[in-house]
Parts: sequence; structure tokens; C-alpha cells
Amino acid sequence: MSDFLSTLWTQRYMFTAVILFCIGAFSLVFNPNLIKKLIGFDLMDGAIYMMLTSAGYIEGRIAPIVTDFSATPSVETYINPIPTGLVLTGIVVSVSVTAFALALVVRIYKKYHTVYLDVIMASMKKGVD
Amino acid sequence: MLPWYQHIPFFSIVLMMIAGIFTSIVHRGRAALAVHLCAVSAVLAGNAALFANIVPAGETFTYNLGIVGHPFGNELVCGPLEVTLALTFLTVMALCVLGGYKGIFEDIEPEKQNLYFVMCDLIMASLLAMVYTNDAFTAYVFIEINTISACALVMAKDSGATLVATIRYLMMSLLGSGMFLMGLTLLYHITGHLLIIDIHEQVVHLAETGSYLLPLTVVMGLMTLGLCLKSALFPFHTWLPDAHGSATTSSSAILSGLVLKGYIVLLIKCIFSIFGEHIFRSFHVGDALLVMGVAAMVYGSVKAMGETHIKRMIAYSSVAQIGYIYLGFGLGGEAAAAAAIYQILVHAFTKPLLFVCAGELAEASGHRKQMYYLRGAGHRAKLAGIGFTVGGLSMIGLPLLGGFAVKFFLADAALSGSWRMWVALGALAVSSVLNALYYLPAIIQIWTIREHGADDLPQLPAVKPGAAVAVSIVLLAVGGILLGVFCTPVGDLISTGLSLL
Repeated sequence: MSDFLSTLWTQRYMFTAVILFCIGAFSLVFNPNLIKKLIGFDLMDGAIYMMLTSAGYIEGRIAPIVTDFSATPSVETYINPIPTGLVLTGIVVSVSVTAFALALVVRIYKKYHTVYLDVIMASMKKGVD
Repeated sequence: MLPWYQHIPFFSIVLMMIAGIFTSIVHRGRAALAVHLCAVSAVLAGNAALFANIVPAGETFTYNLGIVGHPFGNELVCGPLEVTLALTFLTVMALCVLGGYKGIFEDIEPEKQNLYFVMCDLIMASLLAMVYTNDAFTAYVFIEINTISACALVMAKDSGATLVATIRYLMMSLLGSGMFLMGLTLLYHITGHLLIIDIHEQVVHLAETGSYLLPLTVVMGLMTLGLCLKSALFPFHTWLPDAHGSATTSSSAILSGLVLKGYIVLLIKCIFSIFGEHIFRSFHVGDALLVMGVAAMVYGSVKAMGETHIKRMIAYSSVAQIGYIYLGFGLGGEAAAAAAIYQILVHAFTKPLLFVCAGELAEASGHRKQMYYLRGAGHRAKLAGIGFTVGGLSMIGLPLLGGFAVKFFLADAALSGSWRMWVALGALAVSSVLNALYYLPAIIQIWTIREHGADDLPQLPAVKPGAAVAVSIVLLAVGGILLGVFCTPVGDLISTGLSLL
């Protein structure tokens, strides 16, 4: 039991990320509300970014920003900055996708006056356009 | 000093992106079309030169982007397979846009027409990047660019049906790319690399030492599943018929001919470059692909038989044809994978041909797309009728057409492998019969001579195809036929390319 708890503690970012990812994916697929679907998508991406950031974090080290120019910077002082860079790229990607999707939802709302996909599908089946 | 041709892949991608940016400030739709075609032609010429330089020698090279070198920098990789795929995608892209240009200018509001071509440019840039990249994270970024621009192409028509089709497509795509990114993150966790070649080294090391096997399985599952979702493999195809069936002609042709293929090219990179074929097989992910591919081949055809809307019928046929590609990956071995890649090329020519011809036939029938109204349409639009016949017969698998070569290669590759042989051969036989059961009636329907007053359809005048559409139909058909006639040299080229991956 204590083994499990200590694994849980050392891998806490990983576990949280997986749980958040599943919640997000579930709501992206099964929630009929388009806005909630998108919230699910952002949650999913947020979980991935947290996991990616935790991949580069090394306990007790600092962000690779040199402030003290007198000392020679050592690799041992800093965390791995590559995942952080990837997260920045990823955030840009997910922001643009979210913006695009929200614009699309606005378009759909103007046409169907609802954001519930099941209602929209039902009205399309009836031929009410 | 690098040889001049090694710069071509990088400048191809950048030129398409610059063309996209430039097109966004061109306000006239026709001028935007011209810019798009010029950019595609220029890139096509460049890639043809690249082809001539590296294919005879069987050369493959990596191209370093920027000053930060291996293992932290970003790289492109180019070999015979990559350049062949790029050439095919570029040719088909230009022909799709030409073939559907009437539809583009009719269906889209005049002030937004130039934006359509921005999306075409971006799709082409992202496809080229997916083909050439050697960096897994770059691949992810371009997947998302491809997703957004593909969705924009679907919604360009701006009717209720296309908007809903787009949102469903977008949701499925987002789930797919999320899964791919999750897999990539886990892979970075356990290997510490982003360049495909380094990841492969570490994966081989992990498989040898037997450590992190469970995470590796999860990674393979997530990345494969994500790409399957995006390339509409059964049972994740639900968004495809709506999206491809309701969009404007060019969009349907680009989506099923090219966009789906981009993700499959990435899957090839995953299987052969990241994991390595042996390791991928030893985790039995391939068997799952085989089962889903076979199910797609049968299910797609059965659904297509029940469709009366011609574009939806062709869209369901895409589900079946994607199944052929996955059958090739599922069988395992170089020969089967080469057959799958052959199917990518053949389908890239044949499906846009069918969509463009269906668009023309529908136009000759008063813009109605139900099978019933298409009776005799082949006599009103002769060239489109011939094109549709060639495409349909190729799908059925008539010898000397591309579809036959694919079925032959797949069956040939299947002969070596145990229980998979029976599954594959059975599926090929059943699916060929099913293909014939819906393409033949469609072909007969469009060539039926209508006697005056025999039915309640209005008499419609014959339609002359525009020069652009004629060029598009003829070249797409010729491409499909050439792939069928010269199957041995092209097959050898693919095998060489695959072994160099």
C-alpha cells in the first residue's frame, strides 16, 4: 500500500493528467452541448500540456533564465526547457483550434438556435433546415 | 555545401505557406485561384526535379533546419517514397481545384472565395510537411493545421448541412489529434527524443531490454488510434459521409483524395520509422488494424449499396477503400505495406476523378444528386460519363486499371501469411463483388438512353464541360490508368522507397 502511495506521489502529475485527459475526452465525445464539448477539448489539451511540462521539470532546479551574469551558467542549475517550448507551441495550436471551433458554433447557433448537437441532428432528420 | 536539390523539400513547404498568406490579401477569387495554381505548379516542378535527382540513385537525405543540429534541431527527410507521394499529392491537388472550380465560384460567397484558396494552400503545405518531416512534434503541429483547413473546406458552402457536418468532423478530428499528442508526450517521456530517427533508436533499445513495455504499448495504441480516427477507419468513419457528401465538389475531392492520405502517411512513418515494423507487429497493433480494415471494406460497400445520393455513395466507397489501405498494414511485411501505399496513390487519383465526374453529371441533371435523376446523364455530359465509368471500373478492379493492381498486390502479399491469408483473400473477394454491386448499377443508370416521355424526368440539354474540368477529368483518368498499366515499375519504386525509410 505504501508502495502504491509513494508511486502515486512521485507520478502525481502523470496521474492527474491521465484523469483530466479522460474527463476531457469523455465530454468531447459524449456531451451533446457543443460548448461543453469544446471545454472538454481544452481540458484534454491542458492535461497533455501539464504532463509535457512535468516531463521537463527536475526537482530543485530553476527556469533557464540567466540573471546573474558574473557566474558561469551550469547545466545543473536549470530544468529541461524543450518540453516547455513544446507546450508553448501546443498552446498556440489549441487556442487557434478553439477559436475556429467557437466561430463555427456561433454560426451553427445562428442557423439552428441551439448548441445541442442531438437537437440539431433531430431537426435535420425531420428536414427542418 | 549541400547539393541544390536538397533545399527543395523545405522551400516547397515554405512556398505553399507564403502563397497562402499572399492569397489572403488577393481579393478576387479568380486571381486567388491563379496564385494557388502557380504555387502548386512551381512546387510540382521543383519536386519533379528532386525526383529526377534522387530516385535513380536511390538516394535518401536529411535536411537540417536552422543552426541547431542533431539531436535538438528540426529535420526534414527525403527519399524516393516521400518524393513520389509529394508529387502525387501536388498533381491531384491542382486537378481537384481545376475540376471543381465551377462549384467553388457558385457555392461560395464572392467576397470569401479567395479564403477558400488560402485553405487549399495551407492543406498542401501541411501535407508536404507531413510527408517530409522527420520530427514527431512538427508532424503534430501540421496535423492541426491540416484539420483546421480541411474543416474550413467542408464549411465553405455555408449551408446548414455542411456546418453540422463540419462540427462533427472537427470534434472527431480533435479527439484524434489529442490522442496522437498524448501518445507523443508519453513517447517523449520514455525516450527523451523528438526526432524520429532518435526515437526509433531508443524504442529498439527499450524493446531489447524489455523495459517500459506497457507504456510503449499504450503509446502505439494511442498514436495509431488517433490517426485511424482522423483517416476515418471503420468504426470511426461516422463523420465522413456527411462531410464528404455535402461539401462542394473540390472539397469532397481534396478531402477524400488527399487529406485522409496525409494522416496515413504519418501512420506509415509511425510504423516504419518510429517503432519499426517488427516491434509494431510484436505488439499486435497490426492485427487490430487488419480486423478494422476488413470490417471497413465490407461495411463501407454495404452502406454504399443502400445510398441513393451519388456523392454519399462515393463517400461510403471511400470508407471501403481506406479499409484496403489498413488491410495492407495489418497483413504485415514489406510487400503488403507496399500494396497499401500503392492503394494510397491509386485512390488519390480515382476518388477525385469520381467526385469531379459526379459533380459534372449532377450539373447536367439540374444540380440534383439523387441516382434517380441521373438517368442518361452520361449522354448529356459525355466526358464526365466516361470518367465516372473509368473510375467505377477501377474501383471494381478491372485489369489495366489502378484498382486491379492494388488488389493483385494485396492478394500476392497475403499469400505468405498464415490465417491472415484467408481473412484477406475473403475480404478482397467479397469487397470486389460488393463494389461491382453498386458501381455497375450507377454506371448503367448514367448510360441508360431515355425514351421521350418514358419517365417523368424533364428533358435536359447536353452540357459542355469547361476546359479546366476536361483537363482535370482526362488527367485524373490517365493517372489511374497509368498506375494500372505500369504497376511493376511503380511497385518497385515504392518497395525501394519503403526499404529506405
